[in-house]
Amino acid sequence: MIFFNAFLVAGTFCLLAEVLMDNTKLTPGHITSIFVVLGAFLSFLGLYEPLIRFGGAGATLIIANFGHMLYQGAIIGFHEIGVLGLAGGLLSKSSLALVSAVVFAFLFTLFFKPKN
Amino acid sequence: MKREEYQKLVNEYTPKVNKWKNAVIAFFVGGLIGLLGQIIVTIFQNSFGMEVMASYSWLCVLVIFLASLATALGFFDNWVSKCRAGLFLPTTGFAHSVTSAALDYRKDGFITGIGSSVFKLAGSVILYGILSGFFLGVLGVIIYG
Repeated sequence: MIFFNAFLVAGTFCLLAEVLMDNTKLTPGHITSIFVVLGAFLSFLGLYEPLIRFGGAGATLIIANFGHMLYQGAIIGFHEIGVLGLAGGLLSKSSLALVSAVVFAFLFTLFFKPKN
Repeated sequence: MKREEYQKLVNEYTPKVNKWKNAVIAFFVGGLIGLLGQIIVTIFQNSFGMEVMASYSWLCVLVIFLASLATALGFFDNWVSKCRAGLFLPTTGFAHSVTSAALDYRKDGFITGIGSSVFKLAGSVILYGILSGFFLGVLGVIIYG
């Protein structure tokens, strides 16, 4: 059942984004930023963790998960080292996505030329 | 030409977007990515004995790797123009935006090109992610303690 849920959760997020984009003048840049903030907000409401339990990878693969990771990083940082941890821990959980995106982007840029 | 007439002409020549078709495609492509991700995560957990969180992390790295590679090989832009939100809303879109910016600005050099432009597209996601994460974090600590 988790497979169907993963499909449903990821598909619904993308459907919402597409409907939002087609009916407004927003660009993909606007939409992804909105969904990151939405993810942080859902995490703040305590809804993103249940969503991951329900939809598994379908929920963790959406860009909203980045917002969730940032919020959770700040909260975990606060519980570990206090007020400074809010900023100090903010990027701790999303560091993986940021670093791998930068490393792969740089390596591939060294080996490939842009096509157009 | 009057303004209304001009507007009418503009509307006539603006390509009609098929909203229903776009929405269905985005739903199925996005859903398929979620489904494939879940299959991979399940394989990671059952065959490699990974913890749940570790399997999500490895999946994240794998997806970023594949999306970056597809961007560097030049496939990804075509796919995005067809699948739209189905591909740019998952982590694939984030990897794509970083890699394509790096590729596009490489000609301007490593510092003034890649260095200053690598986050040209992904920057807004990072900026507003950090801002919302931080301020909601402060609010969350105040409310929930």
